[in-house]
Amino acid sequence: MLKYIGKRLLMIFPVILGVTFLIFTVMNFTPGDPAIMILGEGATPDQYAALREEMGLNDPFFVRYFRYVTDALTGDFGRSYRTNLPVFQEIATRIPYTLNLAVTSTLIAIIIGIPIGVLSAVKQYTITDNVALGTSLLLTSMPAFWFAMMLILLFSLKLRILPSLGADSWRHFILPAVATSANTLASLLRMTRSTMLEVIRQDYIRTARAKGAKESRVIFGHALRNALLPVVTIIGVNFGIALGGTIVVEQVFALPGLGQLMINAIRSKDTPMVIAAVLFAAIIASVINLIVDIVYAYIDPRLKSKYVTVKARKATT
Amino acid sequence: MTEKLLEIKDLHVMYRTDDDEIFALNGVNLSVEKGRTIGLVGETGAGKTTTALSIMRLLPDKVGIIRRGEIYLEGRNLGSLTESDMRLLRGNDVSMIFQDPMTSLNPIHTVGDQIGEVVKLHYPDLKAESVEVKVDEMMEMVGIPAERKIEYPHQFSGGMKQRIVIAIALACNPKLLLADEPTTALDVTIQAQVLKMMNELKEKFHTSMILITHDLGVVAQICDSVAIMYAGEIIEHGTVEDVFEGERHHPYTIGLFGSIPDMTKKTDRLNPIEGLMPDPSTVPPGCRFVDRCPHRMDVCSTVSPEIIIRDTHQIKCHLFSKSGEALRSTDKNHERGAAS
Amino acid sequence: MTNSYTTAGTNGFGEKNKPSAAARIHQYKKKSQVKTIWLRLKKNRLAMFGLVVFMVMMVVVLSADLFLSYEDQALSQNLSQRFRSPSREHLLGTDQFGRDLLARVIYGGRISLFVGLATICVSLTAGSIIGASAAYYGGKTDNILMRIMDVFLAVPNTLMAITLVAALGTSIFNLILAMGISQTPRMSRIVRSSVLSIIGQDYIEAARACGTSDKRIIFRHILPNAMGPILVQVTQTVARSVITIASLSFIGLGISEPTPEWGSMLSEAKGQLRYHPFLAIAPGVAIVMSVMSLTLLGDGLRDAMDPRLKN
Repeated sequence: MLKYIGKRLLMIFPVILGVTFLIFTVMNFTPGDPAIMILGEGATPDQYAALREEMGLNDPFFVRYFRYVTDALTGDFGRSYRTNLPVFQEIATRIPYTLNLAVTSTLIAIIIGIPIGVLSAVKQYTITDNVALGTSLLLTSMPAFWFAMMLILLFSLKLRILPSLGADSWRHFILPAVATSANTLASLLRMTRSTMLEVIRQDYIRTARAKGAKESRVIFGHALRNALLPVVTIIGVNFGIALGGTIVVEQVFALPGLGQLMINAIRSKDTPMVIAAVLFAAIIASVINLIVDIVYAYIDPRLKSKYVTVKARKATT
Repeated sequence: MTEKLLEIKDLHVMYRTDDDEIFALNGVNLSVEKGRTIGLVGETGAGKTTTALSIMRLLPDKVGIIRRGEIYLEGRNLGSLTESDMRLLRGNDVSMIFQDPMTSLNPIHTVGDQIGEVVKLHYPDLKAESVEVKVDEMMEMVGIPAERKIEYPHQFSGGMKQRIVIAIALACNPKLLLADEPTTALDVTIQAQVLKMMNELKEKFHTSMILITHDLGVVAQICDSVAIMYAGEIIEHGTVEDVFEGERHHPYTIGLFGSIPDMTKKTDRLNPIEGLMPDPSTVPPGCRFVDRCPHRMDVCSTVSPEIIIRDTHQIKCHLFSKSGEALRSTDKNHERGAAS
Repeated sequence: MTNSYTTAGTNGFGEKNKPSAAARIHQYKKKSQVKTIWLRLKKNRLAMFGLVVFMVMMVVVLSADLFLSYEDQALSQNLSQRFRSPSREHLLGTDQFGRDLLARVIYGGRISLFVGLATICVSLTAGSIIGASAAYYGGKTDNILMRIMDVFLAVPNTLMAITLVAALGTSIFNLILAMGISQTPRMSRIVRSSVLSIIGQDYIEAARACGTSDKRIIFRHILPNAMGPILVQVTQTVARSVITIASLSFIGLGISEPTPEWGSMLSEAKGQLRYHPFLAIAPGVAIVMSVMSLTLLGDGLRDAMDPRLKN
């Protein structure tokens, strides 16, 4: 199993490196002169030139890129053009909020979406099924920020039971998490439903019934575990999407997370901040995907047997 | 000794989908005696699997409907049982094994757990160690080393998977085993092995068996009696000698035997039976074989034939009724029929 | 579809003109394939509903100038008429600058439609070229191209779009470019897998055997047949573009005021949520309607193209 984990870890590094190159290249095109941004409008041309020289902005592209990567590996992501504080610090304080939001929304999606997907499959074509599918359609058709606004309208303004701004208590996270979860929830619901429907038609389900097993055991003991395997794989993908969704949702709720940071950085042309923010988002998404893949290898016996055979052989009497 | 274990009386089964109504079984009568094996032979679509599923009451929910008829297992009317009573029988008194071993086993449970499951379902008070002992026993019995019980289905070959399926089916020592084309999906060499093993186990446990197949060779090997199905009915039934060697046969049976390629003779063409099975969404009056029968008479299109019984041999055909006999003796073609 | 060769005598395709008969069969097959799919799609009521709704929206949006005036109703401010409720004059009421809400929603739809379609052109073209080349040439080319796509995919979609907009600027052209680029990796994957499944088929071998150039094979044989799943993906991508544009405009990185756009309208409406919630509801409903109809259509297309029966 460790071999598998090691292999997958190794595969991430080239991708992350590629992402750094991509982002660096893209941001290279940003209009604007950092020297002017830092010193303001009033400095002399000599001062600008000197600053540019000091920051190494006159060096060729690849030199700058290489420097960035080597610095980054030591934790130095540069300084913000705006505040001149180390970028890494700012990001480090913001990440917990965003991570919190992404993880919570994914959990909500799993806890609600998967069981309803199962229910929908078992009661195919009934009203329950149709309502579930209709709701799922609605949830995917709504932009997360609009859903957020509607939630605020209902729960904060009309019913007055949940706050709509800031991040002071756990209560402040409920509406943002629900809003962000919509897409993933719908996705998991549909996926679970479709895999359950497929699995229920399989021969081994018939075998289970022929053994005299109760229907509940057939569904939960046999069908569900098989149906969940593909669903687990898309949880990783959906986490990335949720991460993107948090950016906009943070705006609506004024949550001090990575998204807000990024948007402000873009507005103020704070390139190092933007690069680092995107980079971190990409790293988080990749790590989560890795974790999901490892979990999957563990729960799918077909993969597990490839990596855990030694233990199994030893367990014989 | 010749007590009836299973008796099916006048079974009519229909499949109802949104678009169609399919009349799968139209009055099936069948009985199986204790300790005997009966082969159920017929083309695809004849209704063999439907018959077996009806016995297990595993017809697809809401789609498969038993319209008429009764099934008696040791005198108990299976139709009158509740679903939970039926579950006590499945896997325990009546077991079924299905055609494709590759997909019959759950890929995420070990084979040991899958065999153990049927034991635990029907002997819930058994201690865990005893269950494991039984699992080991069954695996050895079907020729698979017991150490492999912790492995998963994908780690076994097709033939071994089918043996595991058989182990599951026989674990609780059922009185009746329904085997739906158990060897069709296997290589010919493995086929022979698996059949031999089934035969031995059957002898050992005195299990009655309904063996569904379209392979007459297999029937000859291990069956005591044979029932030939066509279009949802049993059109001929008798001991193996009756059906394989006797003189009188349903024209369809003659066609079946005649269509078997003979390695000793040299011919240019094969002898299929002309035509196709009738559309199962209608039930015309008269005999269902009438369009393909080389001996058809006027009465065959209008009146459904009776079952003519002579000792152990039953044939459902007008040719063998009293009036039919008269007509037949004047017919020059006689039994040669479609075979060249 | 019956193969006319085997049922001897029924169709009159004799032994004589084999090549042209084959060509005619191929044509016949292709035409009836599209027709079959259409017939199957017609039976799906939800998909038809989606198609109709989307068509209606398109018609309304494209013909807006016939019954509305862009200048007067969508742009010019009329501060004496702020925040009116729905009335005969303003069917959906007015916004904080006295502009007719319905007109703004309709013109906003035009922008979304235009940007959505333009974006899909970009990503479809780029994605097809990359995906088809990767699938057709295989080996190293495939590997390299797909690794590059993986790098793009490592960044969550919305973030990618935002970053590109950040670098390129917020003109409509750049917006289309940014969104098109961010959609390309996924599109190239779909094209690649669709093409791979076709490449395995025999008529590609046949074309290669008679010396057809690679480019011609890709464009005349492979791509037309791969269109099916790609078409489904197109509807889904256009639907997602609508949301992405709105999101970008919402955070101020997309279409900016005073051009009416659903996302930017919602951004303004947010401030008015307490007292004038309707300003937030109307554009949102428009977004939901467009996305839903496209999604229903896409799902219907997918089911219609899948030969397996649903039950």
